[in-house]
Amino acid sequence: MSARGGLAIAAGRAAGWASRVTGRGAGAQISGRVMLRLQPDLLDSMATEDAITLVSATNGKTTTTRLLVAALEAAGRPVVTNGTGANLAAGIVATLAPPHPPSDAVLEVDERVLSLVVDPLDARLVVLANLSRDQLDRYGEVRSLADQWREVAEAHPDLKIIANASDPHVAWSAAPASPTWVELGAGWRGDVATCPACDRLLDWSDTGSYRCECGFATPAAEHRLEGDTLVTGNRRVPLELAIPGRWNVLNAAMAVVAATELGVDAQLAARAAADVTTVSGRYATYRLADGRPATVLLAKNPAGWSEVLAWLEGNDHGVVLAINAHVADGRDTSWLWDAPFERLRGRRVAASGERALDLAVRLDYGGVDCVLEPDPVAAAALIGGDEVNVVASYTQFTALTRRLS
Amino acid sequence: MTTDTRTRQSALRVGLVYPDLLGTYGDRGNAVVLVERCRRRGIPAELVELPASSPLPDSLDIYLFGGGEDSSQVLAAQNMAASASSLDRARAGGAVVFAVCAGFQLIGASYETGEGEILDGLGLVDMATVGASPRLIGEVLVEPEPATGLPTVTGFENHAGRTTLGPGIGPLGRVVQGGGNGVDGVDGVLAERLVGTYLHGPVLPRNPALADSLLAMVLGEEELQPLDDSLVEALRRERLAAVTATGWRARRQELHLNRG
Repeated sequence: MSARGGLAIAAGRAAGWASRVTGRGAGAQISGRVMLRLQPDLLDSMATEDAITLVSATNGKTTTTRLLVAALEAAGRPVVTNGTGANLAAGIVATLAPPHPPSDAVLEVDERVLSLVVDPLDARLVVLANLSRDQLDRYGEVRSLADQWREVAEAHPDLKIIANASDPHVAWSAAPASPTWVELGAGWRGDVATCPACDRLLDWSDTGSYRCECGFATPAAEHRLEGDTLVTGNRRVPLELAIPGRWNVLNAAMAVVAATELGVDAQLAARAAADVTTVSGRYATYRLADGRPATVLLAKNPAGWSEVLAWLEGNDHGVVLAINAHVADGRDTSWLWDAPFERLRGRRVAASGERALDLAVRLDYGGVDCVLEPDPVAAAALIGGDEVNVVASYTQFTALTRRLS
Repeated sequence: MTTDTRTRQSALRVGLVYPDLLGTYGDRGNAVVLVERCRRRGIPAELVELPASSPLPDSLDIYLFGGGEDSSQVLAAQNMAASASSLDRARAGGAVVFAVCAGFQLIGASYETGEGEILDGLGLVDMATVGASPRLIGEVLVEPEPATGLPTVTGFENHAGRTTLGPGIGPLGRVVQGGGNGVDGVDGVLAERLVGTYLHGPVLPRNPALADSLLAMVLGEEELQPLDDSLVEALRRERLAAVTATGWRARRQELHLNRG
């Protein structure tokens, strides 16, 4: 590390500290931005100091990263990680900036940033879980992200990748590096009508496997999820989690396979994942002013909302939906119509957030009665139920967890 | 005197064309809104999904074409070409076409991709689209042609198309804010029982008068029974105010929205 690099890190840390004490944020993003401004090639100098694992996906990257970190820590290994979700280049620089003890680094990486950091960080392991439409005004179309990922795999045929075989975009992009496949089973199909290899219509089975005339098909997987059990040959590892939802079982499967790749026993990794109760504010339970518990969930796109709405059907709690349309949420709220809000019919529902009206119109046409209250905390207070589930878009989620904790 | 719509022989059938290929931008909402606005008036209606794996039937009252990814658009164009005669029969029988974004491009004569590949469109209306940079992304306001009697149309666009209308072909309206067709300061197209636009949002939930004008075309009525649209009207006021904000208010809003 050069003297200038050291100075850049010190200046960045100071900016991060200032951001935290003034309550503007967690500090990692601004801290890394200052570091990169002063020393643009700082990322390259971090390559040799840690053995780096990168986790990327449209949905679940923060949780998968957290579960993998828990597994490594359970095995007694020190870990450096960007646990607050600062997953752009700046956040990664801030996370890896020395000094810290020799350790494993597990980093969640924004899906657009992945191809930019694999080389400078000399990543040892990459975990690729899923790709679906998200913030189309900013991220562009899913296919172009899959193309970017595939270029990484093509440029690094020896890179160790763990990939979800059940997602055609992931399977197509990871294939050139001969990855370790994990078959997670049926999931969101809204963005995979056509074959990523040849653009014909993909043929889907009821069990969630796909094939195309051109020969592209679900790869044969070494690891497979059967219900809540991760099956590898004769070994069966139960994934019984404290955090809710089917989607987290999928995240845990990816994390446990990654942990075994890093030398952690699968059973130990699964037990460590089971003990995780909250992930950077997600699934944390807060007390409302009236004493009722409120659980806060993050949902960002139709695939994520679809999972959360299915999970909500398993309880009869009051539901607050809080939507913003800032840059980090996606400025276009059209996606509200691609998520199955009809599943909330007959429930106690509040439409909230800065775009509460867009949501209320969506719910109205979906046959869901709702009350309109832009402030999600006020909405939680006035909605009925012994408990309240608050589902929020990204900027609503970060603001809410700060207010409630 | 208007005909009593409840005497229709069968339910009004709203066809969602290739939701698997042209369903990326929430445009399914347009179909939901048309069906629901019929039901609220006591007019039987049903949403019929028309998957890309089957030929398009000629038996629907409204055909909705939505937005999709570039790769899907190529396949959609190929499959549609095989169903062109079916659509012609439906239109001759009085069916209405409403097309958005990629779907709007596909009902024209041709679409030239950014890479120079030329796709044949359905040719329902004389217009041609060329893909170009930059992508047009953001909130849009369109002032419809006065003859339509429609109020300002609000929506969100995200596309790379530049669409030129043929001689004598009129747009849906004049663009007040945003890009629209990207040519001549207009958005969309307006023809006999055919409306096209670049606007998502989706556009019909945000613009109930436009939705009702499509239903009126099918039902052959001048005016439909009014519905309680107070919630949508509140949303429209909010969106119009947000998009037309000027000066310090616009700058503050921009700063605010770009946070995070």
